[in-house]
Amino acid sequence: MIEYKKDGWRAALALAPMMLFMLVFTFWPIINSFIWAFLDDFSYGGRSISHGELGGYRWITGGTFIKVGIANFKTVLTDPLFWHALRNTAIIVVVSVPLTVIIGLGIAVALNSIKKLRGFFQTIFFLPYVTNTIALGMVFATLFHQNYGLVNKLFNMVGFAWINGTTATGVTEVTFASALVVLTVYTVWNGLAFKIIVFLSGLQSIDKQYYQAAQVDATPRWRVFTKITVPLLSPMILYITITSFIGAFKAYSSVIAIFGTGRYGPAGNSNLMITVVGYIYDKMDVGGTPYGVAAAASLILFFIILIITLLQLQISKKRVHY
Amino acid sequence: MNREMYLNPKELKLFRTKQIIGKVLTYLFLTLMALYIFVPFYWMIISSLKESWEITSDRLTLLPVDRSWKALWPWDWQWSNYKDLITGIKKEAGSIGGEWMFKPMLFHLMFRNTFLVGLFTTTGTVVLTILAAFAFSRLNFKGRDLIFGIFLMTMMIPGEIFVVGNYYTFSTIGWVRSDSIWKIFGTLTLPFVGSVFYTFFLRQTFRQIPNELYLAAKVDGTSDFKYLWKIMIPIASATITTIIILSMIGVWNAFVWPTLVTNAENSTAANYHLLVSNGLLEGLRNAIDSSGEKSILNLQMAGSTMVTVPLLIVFFACKKYIMRGVSRSGIKG
Repeated sequence: MIEYKKDGWRAALALAPMMLFMLVFTFWPIINSFIWAFLDDFSYGGRSISHGELGGYRWITGGTFIKVGIANFKTVLTDPLFWHALRNTAIIVVVSVPLTVIIGLGIAVALNSIKKLRGFFQTIFFLPYVTNTIALGMVFATLFHQNYGLVNKLFNMVGFAWINGTTATGVTEVTFASALVVLTVYTVWNGLAFKIIVFLSGLQSIDKQYYQAAQVDATPRWRVFTKITVPLLSPMILYITITSFIGAFKAYSSVIAIFGTGRYGPAGNSNLMITVVGYIYDKMDVGGTPYGVAAAASLILFFIILIITLLQLQISKKRVHY
Repeated sequence: MNREMYLNPKELKLFRTKQIIGKVLTYLFLTLMALYIFVPFYWMIISSLKESWEITSDRLTLLPVDRSWKALWPWDWQWSNYKDLITGIKKEAGSIGGEWMFKPMLFHLMFRNTFLVGLFTTTGTVVLTILAAFAFSRLNFKGRDLIFGIFLMTMMIPGEIFVVGNYYTFSTIGWVRSDSIWKIFGTLTLPFVGSVFYTFFLRQTFRQIPNELYLAAKVDGTSDFKYLWKIMIPIASATITTIIILSMIGVWNAFVWPTLVTNAENSTAANYHLLVSNGLLEGLRNAIDSSGEKSILNLQMAGSTMVTVPLLIVFFACKKYIMRGVSRSGIKG
């Protein structure tokens, strides 16, 4: 049969470009990051100053290091800023993920139950998907502006410092809680589109007979929702929950965008809302090239995400009906 | 609604009322949520057409107004905000500290850079993706499933690890924050060309093409690559279009990598390598803290509009392709 002929050389030809790019820009960085994370005092382009004249450094891929060890992980795990970033990220995740999933599910169920204007609403709900995170972050910053924002003017609370505002002495008035509200409102806004689309396609694939049977038995709406819709949609809910968890754990651009200072907080407190990803990029961009610390931090992020994902899969085994 | 027939008139009335209330509540909920989604767009566009005094006044105006608080629709709208955004606002003669009150934002260069980087990335992605998806879906070779499995596994690794590694790679060859536009374009393009996700996406489409077509082509003596070009690509053209659009949108929204590798601080018109996202943030940094008559919040909103509207136009033009691609991806979420 032709099916079992061998296409070795053709396959090599077709795969070569992809392989080349994957090797250089995917596998090489992964390997590098794993290696650097375990090199003490790795530095690019010759010895770092701390090595002094003592010698004892070794060369690797154009850089030097002192010895193999876990000093980078120690640096990260003893850095108060890292724990601050981790705490911020965890709070963002815990607040925004359930909200987005629940609201997204609600909108999808509502959309699925109507006929008139469905296309119109669907288009509106999709719009955030095709917008620029920075541009719309700036819009939310303007909406929540201390003195000129729509929210404060509308609710008659002009002067309340959501994401900007300083006292006469120049100390920032912005609190973590107020900034978190703005960030959550923005994150939910930004994330809804994708969830609605996925839930809606899931809802449309549910067999109508279940609902007809429920109707014959005069089942109340709420019971229909909890006993039919949610169980049958559970694989989608699991998928969305996991991807939102991962997405929220990598929050970065949205934080940058709502403050508009190029940092993770208002003027005067630039690390207020720093996230783990922000921490990683900060470490990478510092002079002295401490790639090892950034690599160690990104590995820690990877393992946190991995563990949470595995936990979710484990818990869901009992609840998800495939 | 067969059920209604079995109810007595009283219960039927109750049932009908409940149904109507349910409908009303559903529409009410959807309208509220639609407002939540829509208001930021509205506020963005309306604020971009207001004057500074209007933005900073205590009163809430839903449309741009003139000094007597009348909304003269639409001839009092401050279109010159967009001009100011591009040409900048000079300080009054004799004032201290720099020439500009608001530095001109080089939108034409931002758009040019983004367009070119998008073009290169997309072209590269499409060529590589088609070839790889072809190999994975049509050709037989040793270790096919193993290689594909390894490819898929890389999708689970957070992008930050690649960013750290690639940043190093490009630093060592001196391309990061380089003065050469081609080196910067290379840095912005190359890491995103080999996309596992799009390969997976296209492979799924390729696999749906019936085997009989391939066998028929074989009987006629068609070579594998000719078959790919003449049969598979035309059949999968909808998926390829989706990949092109999503890839372009990806570049338009790229923020992290451009911020890290372009030189924002020392960029001049002759030497401007920023893309829209980081160009926007750079140009309007600290606009949020501008106050009083000098507030540039309206310019900030004009800038956001400039970056948002092209994407919305693309969306409405290619709605079908975008929405199809989205439910299978997780690019943003």
